[in-house]
This record gives sequence, structure tokens and C-alpha cells, in this order.
Amino acid sequence: MSHPENATVFLKDKARAKWHDETLWIVREKRDATIHQIPEWEKLRELASQIKDHTLSKLDFYLEELEKNASANGIKVHWAENAEEHNQIVASILKEKNCKAIVKSKSILTEECHLNPYLEERGIEVVDTDLGERIIQFLKQPPSHIVMPAIHLKKSDISDIFHEKLHTEKGNVDPVYLTHAARLHLREKFLQAKVAITGVNFAVAETGEFVVCTNEGNADMGVHLADTHIACMGIEKLIPRRKDLGVFLRLLARSATGQSITNYNSHFRSPSPGKELHLILVNNGRTKQLGREKFRNSLKCIRCGACMNTCPIYRRSGGFSYGSTVPGPIGSILSPGIDLKKYSTLPFASTLCGSCSDVCPVKINIHEQLYEWRQEITKAQGSSLKGLSMKLANGIFKSPLAYRLSGKMMRASLKSLPDSIIYNPLNAWGKGRNLPDLPEESFKAWYKKNRS
Amino acid sequence: MKNNVPHIGLFIPCYIDQFYPNVAIATLELLEKLGCKVTYPLGQTCCGQPMANSGFEADTEGTTSKFIRDFAAFDYIVAPSGSCVLHVKDHSPKINNLQKNQEHVQSNIYELSEFITDVLKVDSIKGSFPHKIGFHASCHGLRGLRLASDSERNEPKFNKTLQLMRDLEGMEVVELTRKDECCGFGGTFAVSEEAISVQMGKDRLADHMDKGVEIIVGGDMSCIMHMKGIAAREQAPIQLMHFAEILNQAIS
Amino acid sequence: MSSRESILAAIKGLKLEEKPLPDIPDFEIADDLLAAFTNSLNANKGTVATKEEVEKLIEETTFLKIYSASPAFEQYSNCQIPKHPADFADLDLAIIEGQFASAENAAIWLDESNLDLRALPFITAHLVIVIKKENILGNMHQAYTRIGLTNSGFGIFIAGPSKTADIEQSLVVGAHGAMSLRVVIL
Repeated sequence: MSHPENATVFLKDKARAKWHDETLWIVREKRDATIHQIPEWEKLRELASQIKDHTLSKLDFYLEELEKNASANGIKVHWAENAEEHNQIVASILKEKNCKAIVKSKSILTEECHLNPYLEERGIEVVDTDLGERIIQFLKQPPSHIVMPAIHLKKSDISDIFHEKLHTEKGNVDPVYLTHAARLHLREKFLQAKVAITGVNFAVAETGEFVVCTNEGNADMGVHLADTHIACMGIEKLIPRRKDLGVFLRLLARSATGQSITNYNSHFRSPSPGKELHLILVNNGRTKQLGREKFRNSLKCIRCGACMNTCPIYRRSGGFSYGSTVPGPIGSILSPGIDLKKYSTLPFASTLCGSCSDVCPVKINIHEQLYEWRQEITKAQGSSLKGLSMKLANGIFKSPLAYRLSGKMMRASLKSLPDSIIYNPLNAWGKGRNLPDLPEESFKAWYKKNRS
Repeated sequence: MKNNVPHIGLFIPCYIDQFYPNVAIATLELLEKLGCKVTYPLGQTCCGQPMANSGFEADTEGTTSKFIRDFAAFDYIVAPSGSCVLHVKDHSPKINNLQKNQEHVQSNIYELSEFITDVLKVDSIKGSFPHKIGFHASCHGLRGLRLASDSERNEPKFNKTLQLMRDLEGMEVVELTRKDECCGFGGTFAVSEEAISVQMGKDRLADHMDKGVEIIVGGDMSCIMHMKGIAAREQAPIQLMHFAEILNQAIS
Repeated sequence: MSSRESILAAIKGLKLEEKPLPDIPDFEIADDLLAAFTNSLNANKGTVATKEEVEKLIEETTFLKIYSASPAFEQYSNCQIPKHPADFADLDLAIIEGQFASAENAAIWLDESNLDLRALPFITAHLVIVIKKENILGNMHQAYTRIGLTNSGFGIFIAGPSKTADIEQSLVVGAHGAMSLRVVIL
């Protein structure tokens, strides 16, 4: 289904759609409140943007630095060209450890690679340990938001699934009660796990270390109790220097949720004695995006999700409406690079209002890239105007609105059209909106009479 | 005659020409009252924005060339629309054989309120407008032309349009819950994403109505047309106006 | 060609022009660092406590298993670091020393010199971190300047207790890790 179709379905449940919009708007407001406490906020955004631009311009150099320094620290570094290879590497480590169950903390990369189904098909139990991730895992759903994966669910939904899976009291919707039930359930999993998987928020070339940020402490619970830690990162997660973390950690949580920082910010540099630490560097199309000049800087993204919280379309259509691993504005500029045809409606799921670009902590010009993807999509669809572009063109030029725009002649003929035609339900403009009243004459006509 | 007075080419977006001639007249009269020499080039058509935003920027070379030819001779080009100005400035395709003229047009085109504040150096306009208004900050003017500070960035607060209106006697400007959320017009978006577009418009109207706003004032008739259309359909007791009409009334 | 080679070759093949790496300037910090730290910590759902308050807590609460790596609370420690971290699953209270903190967000830096066991601050039910008042810095830039290029296998900024808002954005403290964080400033 296309984004407009999905959005229409989402908006049918009015109360829920309103709640979704308002819940995310509150997160946006929290973000606003916290950034106004930082006078240098805009300067930090600029610094972060420049640091990332610099890193991307020398990505090969920094990857080699990272590999060299991480290896010297005793981290085993792996390289994966694509999702399949990433999953194979994880599976082979698990096989070597004879491991049948893993705990995993939130990682958008492993979602992108569809690691869970890959491992499950091979008989490995995967337990997502972030509370939101565990909830959606129970429901067999993908995350609908990259920071708040279960933001689309109401507590009654969560209460129902916990009752089924964790035998909590039926109808008890108290978040404290439900969270503590999950705590007990997941603690057992943590204590048994031999291998833990995490994502990576930042990897530092200079030191060979990487940083993982959580509020729940689930990444740390997982890795410090397990014997083997596998960290998976996209190759764009690099930064050159340790001190650059000062800039990014100031921006990340404030942008994401309005907190000044996440409560746990762990820097992994070498394994504990007797344990193993693996780092998988994944490409999966990133070098292609790096080669696209207009879209290169989408790789600056630090996955804070602020563009989703602020996006008036995301808030009113939900993460699933995008049909991509990363939803929302940033997803709409990343996904067409992966599959232009499949994601061809996403760059059009925007009014180009620009709010995403202005909240972005690394100053990705998201709305301008949405505009540029529109140009690419129409080009790829060719001069025959097939598919979406055809529909769009039709939508504009066949609507009575545009019809009227085409000039005086049309204006005259429209006057005689009955309302039932103008407000035909098949007509997109007239479905929920009236047309402007027709003035006696156009400005041009007035000007000719009065000024020339 | 005022020979040294700069000559302004009045750019009236196509839908304003057709549907909202009073806004165009107000713009013209306002500029004239402020001492400007203004000409409306009669041959002008559309700037090409609807096509470009739908992904057909490459096909707008014809309209862009025409626009440049129509307006290159003027010292300034002024339009009562941030969106169309932004398009001409940032999104019209480069026309190779008109490079110099295009650069002139792109660096001398202004949205009406920014022209009055930044070029004419008018601080505010005196008069009276005894109404409770809500300001609709249209996105392209706000985040594209930076006609005002936005709620996303940590920057000193300013608003060029409201600055011009701040001395109008009796006018009260309400504080909105979402001070600059998009109304959902978005050009082709209004039809291609009809459901969200209308919902966004309804939400915007509700924010104003909750605060007891009589008149929503904005600087882009496209957004206003969209919200007016919804207000009319919902029979909502609220009016929408372009600020040019208010300033033009006030000054006379 | 290995994936390593193909990825690096793909990047090198783009021949991107190098963009400058900016210096990170100094920024203004709060005048009253202790007050700023306290505010930040409260926002993160941690609390500042006096030594006496923690002692009172220990005396009045039925904590069975307490581990202290802080000399200030040495007398309350009643267990040793176990061989396997899972054996600390029943730890009631851990008291550890933090090196320094950033007032803007209450992030307290600890590394392996403070953590006899990496799992300690997470697996314990309650956590107390002891820091010195003079080690409250202004912001994260100052904190990273202090860390410099120190080499520790593991380092962490802890800024509060384990928390989540994954159920309808309701904030709940005590998700997986420590259910409370008290910071004693000496």
C-alpha cells in the first residue's frame, strides 16, 4: 500500500490518531524546553554537522583507524557488505559459542538487516530487552518509531499482551506494574544469556571504542552478564575523536526525548578479561548513498527520532504507514536509496514544511532532500509519466482547483457547474474542503481597468 | 516624478490573481502608499512551483525563463506569498542563457513583509485593527525565507509580519499551542495526501478557535485557501485574512 | 575481494573532497555547579543525598547484601565481588565512587578503576555514587577534556537510575537496572 492509503486507514480511528499526534507532540515540546536551556544549541548543531561531514569525507581513513585501534584493544572487527553477510557473521559467532538464545538491546541496524527472523529460522531464541522492543516482539510487530518503538500502542494493548505472555493481571494497565513485570521476566533472560547483541550509537576512530546509550540499562545488563558481546554498526556511525562525543551526547538525548542525557552512556574499549567483544561494520547500501551527492549527508543521521516527533505527517499517520525500517522524514530520504520503486510515495508524504530540517541535531536538510527525491522519482519513472507521478499530475491538473487556475475561460465555465460535480467524493480537494468563492474579476482584469 | 525611486515588479501568484484579487489589490495599494513605484507585468503566469514540488522541476524551464524575462528589468520583485518567492529563489531550475538575469531576480525578490521591513526599512505601520487575531506562520516563509524565528531553533524571537502589525490599535495576537505547525496544504500534497492534509487543516483551525481567535492572519493565500475551505465546510465561526488587506486598511 | 576491501574500495573510489574538522570551543557553564548538578540529577530521577541520609537508609532498610567500593561506606560492605556477575543478582545496594560529573546533565563518569565488576551499577537493586564537590564540572566538553585519552576497557556516564517511558510515555523508574540512584557529594 502507498503512504496516502495507509494514512487514510490510520486516520479512520479518530481518537487514537489524535492521541498519537498529541503524545508525540509532547515529546517535541519536551525537546523544545530542553534545547532552550542551551544557549549554544545552534552552534552545537553546526559543530555536529561539520564533524559528520568531515568524517564522511574521509570515511575509508576513519574506518581503517577504527579497525586498527579496536583490534589493538582486543575487539574482533568484522566487515559485512550487506544484511545477509551481517546476519551470517552473527550466526557463525553464535554457532561457535554453541549459543541457542541471545539477548539484544535496541538496534535499528539489526532491524534493517532483519536479524531476528534470520536467527529464529535457525532455531535461536532472540529476546529484545528494551521494554518497547519486547512489547512489539510479543506482538510480532516491527518498531513504529526508532526511539520509542511501541509509541503506537496504548497501555491497554500492552496490558493485554502481557496478560497473555507474562500472566499479569487481566485489565491492570498501570505502567509501573507492567514495567516491573517485564523487569522480572527479562532479568531471567539476562541471567541466562551467554551472548548479548547491541547496536552502536557512536564509534570513535581515535580510540577504537564505541558508545551505547540507553535509559533502561538493558544494553549493559545484557553485555556485562554475557560472555560474548556482539555490537553491530552501520559504517556511518563513526566520529573521529573522543572529544567529539561531548558534542553528540549533548545533542542526542535532548533531541530524542528532551532529557539532558540518557542515564547510561557506556564506552566499550576492550572486552573484560576472559570475555569476547565483536564489532560488525555493515555497509548495506551506505557507500551507495555516500556516492549520491545530493543525498550523502543523510548519512549524518544519529537516529534521535526528532524528525518523526515533529513531523505533522508522521504524527498523523504512524510509523507503519511508511512501510520502511526507518519511518518518518529521515526514513523517507533513506529508503528511496534502497528501493526507489517500493518507497516511491514516501518523499511525497510531506508538505515540505521544513520542521524536520530545523529540529535535526546534525542539520540534515531533510525536506530539501525530499524535494530532490521527488525529482529523481519522476525521472526514473520516465517521460511516459507512469505510476505515481501520473496520479499526482492527474490529481493536480484534474482537480477543479487547478482547472480554475488554468484561466479565465475555465473560470467562466466552472461557474455553471453544479456543486455535485465539484464536490464529487472522488475529487480529492472537495472531499473535506470547499472551493474558494469566485470573484467578479481577476486581479489582472482589475489592473488593466484601474492602472494601465 | 520620482525618478530615483526603485521600480518594483509586482509578482501576483496565479491563484491569488484568480481567486483573491483583493489581496493583490491590497498589496499594490499598500506598496504605493508606502511611496513605491509599482508595475504589474501583465504577461506573468505561474512560477512553476506546483510542478517542481511534484517532481517535475526539470519541466519548469519554460515557466522559469518566462518569469525571469517578465521580471528581470525591475529593481525589486515583490509578492504577497512566501512560498512562491522561496520557489523562485531556491527551486527554479538554472536557466543557462539567462544566468545574470536569473541571479538578479533571485537576489532581489522579496516576500511583502520582508520587503517592507528590510528594504523600505519601515518598522511598523500605525492604524487600528480592533480584533483578536491568530497568526498563521506559513512554512516556506517561516523556515525557507526566515520571515520569523521558528519554534524548532534556539534563536532570538522575531516576526517580520507581526512586527509591521504590532502598533495596530486594539489588535490582540493570541499565543497558540502549536505556534508554527504546518496547516497541511503543501501544494500537491493537498490532493495526493488528502486525508492527512484535511486533518492538519482542521487541527490548525481548532488551535486558533480554542483561543477565541476571530481572524486568522497569514501571509500565504495557499494556506489560507486550504483552511478557509475547511472552515467553510465545517461551518466554523472564524475568518481568515492576508496581512496585506489589514495593513492596507489600517494605513488609509 | 573481501567485504572489507570492497567497502573501503567503494569509498576510495568516490574520491570525496575532504571537509574540515572543526575545533570544539569552550562554552559558558553554570555559575553554581552544585545547584545545576542537583537540578539535572532530579530531572533524571536521581537524588542528591548526604552521607548521613545514606547511612540512615542502610540502617532503616532491610538491605541484606551490600557492596561498597567507597572508603566512606566501607563498614557497610558485607560481600565480595563474585566470580560470575550473575551471582550479584541479589545485590541490594552498591556504593561506588565516581570520578567527576557534568553539571549540565548530572552525568557521572566511572571507569574500570571504579568498577570492580562492569555489571555492578546495573545489577544492583539500588545504587549510590560518591563524588567530590570539586569534581563537578560544567558540561560534557569539560568532562571529555578530563577523560582525555585515558585507557580503560570500559567507561560510563551514569546520569540516573534505570528508567523507561515505553508504556504510553509514562515515566517508570527501575526498568532493568538500578531502581534508584543517590549521589553523595563529599
